[in-house]
Amino acid sequence: MDALLALWDGAFGSAFAFWSATLVRTTPLVLVGLAVALAFRAGVLNIGAEGQLIAGAIAATALAQWLDVMPTIITVPAMAFGGMLAGAAWAGIAAWLRRRFGVLEVISTLMLNFIALALLSWVVRGPLQEPTGIYPQSATIVANAQWPFLLEGQRLHLGFAFGLMLAAASWYWLARTASGFRVRVVGAGPRAAASAGGVDVARTTFGVFLVSGACAGLAGASEVGGVTWALYDGISPGYGYTAIAVALLARLDPRGVVVSAFFFGALEAGAAAMQRDAGVPAVIVQVFVALVILGVLAGTHLRDRARAWRLVTRREAA
Amino acid sequence: MEVLIIPFLEAAVRTATPLAFAALGELVAERSGVINLGLEGAIIAGCLGALVASGLGGPVIGFAGGIAAGVALTAVFAVFVINLRTDQIIAGTAVTMLGLGLTGAIYRALYGTGGAGLSTAMIAPIAIPGLSAIPLIGPALFRQTVPTYALYVLVPLLAWWLRGTHAGLALRATGENLEAAEAAGAAPRRIRWGALLVAGAMAGLCGSTLVLAQVGTFSEGMSAGRGFIAIAIVVLGRWSAFGTALAALVFGAAFALQYLFQALGWSLPYQLFIALPYVLTLALLALMRGRVSAPAGLGRA
Amino acid sequence: MSGDEALVLRDVRRSFGRTVALDGASCTVRRGTIHALLGENGAGKTTLMRIAYGLLAPDAGEVRVNGAPVNLGSSRDGIALGLGMVHQHFMLVPAMTVAENVALGGRGRFERDATATRIEALGRDSGLALDPRARVADLPVGAQQRLEIVKALAHEARVLILDEPTAVLAPAEGAELLRWLRRFADSGGTVVLITHKLRDALEFGDDLTVLRRGRTVLAGSRGEMTEAQVITALVGEAGLPSALRARTGALTPSAGEPVLHLEGVDYIDARGVTRLHEVTLEVRAGEVLGVIGVEGAGQYELLRILAGRLEPTRGRATRPTRVGFIPEDRLHDALIPELTLTENLALATAGSAHGTLAWEATRRSAAEIMRRFDVRAEGTETPARALSGGNQQKFVVGRERHLAGAALVAENPTRGLDLRASAKVLDEIAGADGDPPPAVVVYSSDIDEILAVATRVVACYNGSVREIPRAADPKDRTPYARALLGAH
Repeated sequence: MDALLALWDGAFGSAFAFWSATLVRTTPLVLVGLAVALAFRAGVLNIGAEGQLIAGAIAATALAQWLDVMPTIITVPAMAFGGMLAGAAWAGIAAWLRRRFGVLEVISTLMLNFIALALLSWVVRGPLQEPTGIYPQSATIVANAQWPFLLEGQRLHLGFAFGLMLAAASWYWLARTASGFRVRVVGAGPRAAASAGGVDVARTTFGVFLVSGACAGLAGASEVGGVTWALYDGISPGYGYTAIAVALLARLDPRGVVVSAFFFGALEAGAAAMQRDAGVPAVIVQVFVALVILGVLAGTHLRDRARAWRLVTRREAA
Repeated sequence: MEVLIIPFLEAAVRTATPLAFAALGELVAERSGVINLGLEGAIIAGCLGALVASGLGGPVIGFAGGIAAGVALTAVFAVFVINLRTDQIIAGTAVTMLGLGLTGAIYRALYGTGGAGLSTAMIAPIAIPGLSAIPLIGPALFRQTVPTYALYVLVPLLAWWLRGTHAGLALRATGENLEAAEAAGAAPRRIRWGALLVAGAMAGLCGSTLVLAQVGTFSEGMSAGRGFIAIAIVVLGRWSAFGTALAALVFGAAFALQYLFQALGWSLPYQLFIALPYVLTLALLALMRGRVSAPAGLGRA
Repeated sequence: MSGDEALVLRDVRRSFGRTVALDGASCTVRRGTIHALLGENGAGKTTLMRIAYGLLAPDAGEVRVNGAPVNLGSSRDGIALGLGMVHQHFMLVPAMTVAENVALGGRGRFERDATATRIEALGRDSGLALDPRARVADLPVGAQQRLEIVKALAHEARVLILDEPTAVLAPAEGAELLRWLRRFADSGGTVVLITHKLRDALEFGDDLTVLRRGRTVLAGSRGEMTEAQVITALVGEAGLPSALRARTGALTPSAGEPVLHLEGVDYIDARGVTRLHEVTLEVRAGEVLGVIGVEGAGQYELLRILAGRLEPTRGRATRPTRVGFIPEDRLHDALIPELTLTENLALATAGSAHGTLAWEATRRSAAEIMRRFDVRAEGTETPARALSGGNQQKFVVGRERHLAGAALVAENPTRGLDLRASAKVLDEIAGADGDPPPAVVVYSSDIDEILAVATRVVACYNGSVREIPRAADPKDRTPYARALLGAH
């Protein structure tokens, strides 16, 4: 009971908990959740959001250091854009391998996650290491490159606004535009999309793969620019994997991603407090995330069964 | 030079041993058509299971406990992908998270938040008389712990079982063409369950070996991606038992190289060697196109 | 002939979800005979034999093997009782060798050499020679079928069930197979031949069972029934709907302007196999061109080139910008079951659409299609999977006609539909009107369907396309049957 109370307090107990803990943790989950949701929508099993996020974080850090004399108005967009490009490029390797050689993206994105981790481990001990050369991390980025906060006295930063805008844009894209509709039909029925709709399936999935990587890359840039202000080995505590739960719970709907990212963000913020105040390990949250995924999977199975059953009974009644 | 090479080779074989267990289990699962991303979770479950059980009754019980924990977690995965026919990738990811989270929570609940410090008795390497005296490779191959020797038996046994028994045939047929296997009288569901239980046991063995033969303690997340590495190893080994064992050795050597380089004082970044096997796997996957040896039904419900 | 019954199925029923596949089907197979099991697509032939073999459990009814009632739990049980089944789509593992495929399903140690010896011995005894070490993926289709039979024989099968075995074979191979089956039956074996080819059944069957809509409508010895009786049993007393029959005579060939035109078209597929060779063809407005051909004869590619879904490798294809296309596998190639009808309408133009989509207008069009083509569903926002097969197909036909007025290409459009739905769908395709009326191309594996709707018939054989002049006697099917086999 104490633990639950601590969890609630940590997530919603104060203005600070809400704006500076919950929403700050929600931010990367919205972006990576969108990355996974968009990819899955097109039938692209991108489980490499983690690696794409890391690529984005590295690029953003490098840009922040390179553009350190520039004003915020230039550095921040450059970091965001550079992060997206790097994420897209990292995803692009897997997308290219799939298109050119038919390599399963499940395996390739997984490999690329580990390659990204190795790359990260190298840059924080090599080219991007802080000047003293003692700690395996980058120097703190200059104030000009730190992303502006959205509220006075709170840690909520620009990345959150990016997340909301990207979610809205993704929703509009899928629901209203022709190219977004192509993404949906390619995911729901690739053969029919090609045969009945004349959709270029390979091109569509390639494009979505890049967009997905860009979302994850932006998450990396946003973490460096808005939260950590430096690059180090543990820049992502597995956001790329939690994102699968975020996207699934949202039923791959961009609007739902915001809600479920908020849910998981609150959980993580609360869990940190729970560990601090009640001594209950925060890893419990990971268990919870896993159970949510499994629950959604089982629920989907039961719903399909129920639907089949309704059809049978309806027919018998008729 | 020999002073450096011998420890390097020894380290390579030692590092490869747990990887080989996990990868051989994954090989069996994939041959039945199931890609088990829950492997990482089963390995860490095996680590904790081994630690807890060995505390109760010594190393043999420790191995049994590790295997049981690996099997238990993989059984959760099996229920989802075989009985509920859910997506293998998503269910696997969830099971891995479940394993990583549960072990962390249980460990802290059992041994307090301090975590580190709790260690267990380890099994010692056994030098095989004669063979371990072979120059250069002798110590690497024949001055190891029992699990490594178990592999020397297991790999040829598995290779023979896959090709030389009807059960092996049925397993491969299930992974290639489930309907054909069923039409021929095999029971694909039972076969996949069996394959996953084996994969779980092997993952548990991987975890047990880590704890009882190499590290001597448990730490959160100590599986350190070995489950995912094992999946890469199976690909690199082209879905054969001997190939998988060899690929495990490649990965083991790559990880061991960093120590060698540090010892030699070379300035090449060791991360290069960590990344190399993954790059190799990707390159191989790309080159394999047209001569695909992956089970045709991999990942299908 | 004794009353020695190898296989008896009595009053078998089986449903799949909402569709009733078998509704009181019976079949008595005497030992040492070839028993032809006839029926249209979807009549339940395959389902009945899958039950006999143990792959499916019946909801009700009795199965007897060698006189004893049995309760088969899996194909393993069927195999143990001496049954062997050669499926229409081969149940082989392409990545494995011939020997491994034959051994599949056994227990204990797999003796590679012993199996190879056995396959070679079986090959000598039966005349079905195979290389035990060859990889199945490398074998030609005829050899794969031999392997299916050898697999059954290796398991001591005395009753062979073959599902449309000649569909995939070249004519000469098909004839050879049927002669082999005759010898097998004469030597005491029993054969169940599932077929929709009337000729094969009449020529080679000792006994015949005819299924229609899941029921046995005719059964007995070949000698005791006339061809006319069998045909009536196959299509039913009413035969095809009068609307269709009336149209056949009324249409004049070459009614209008040419709409679809192929000139010296070759098509070579991704594997380098020539699928079409030197095809020249014209379809005019108001015509209904019937296409016939056995599997793999080139009609698959011909239809897709006519419909603009494939481009010829060589030669020229002239088509309207958009040609309506009704592919055979509607749930994979025409519709996305999870999407609503409105979305499935938008699907057809998804490849070329730009900017934002006008969902309101699409919804109105979907409603209009539903009204005009009598699509029974709750509304335009119903997912396609909730519709019956007939209504799904009516929606596809409606959509394609709505989007492409000038030309329509249909591939086995009645597959899996019951007779009533089939008639409606054919009516909507062949009876398409407009000004000028569209050019229509219909392929069907059922010659009767083609004869009922087509104003002109072409046959595909081995990549070439040849027109078949109408016979003086409209009931004479010989020219069509000969064309399917490539004979002139």
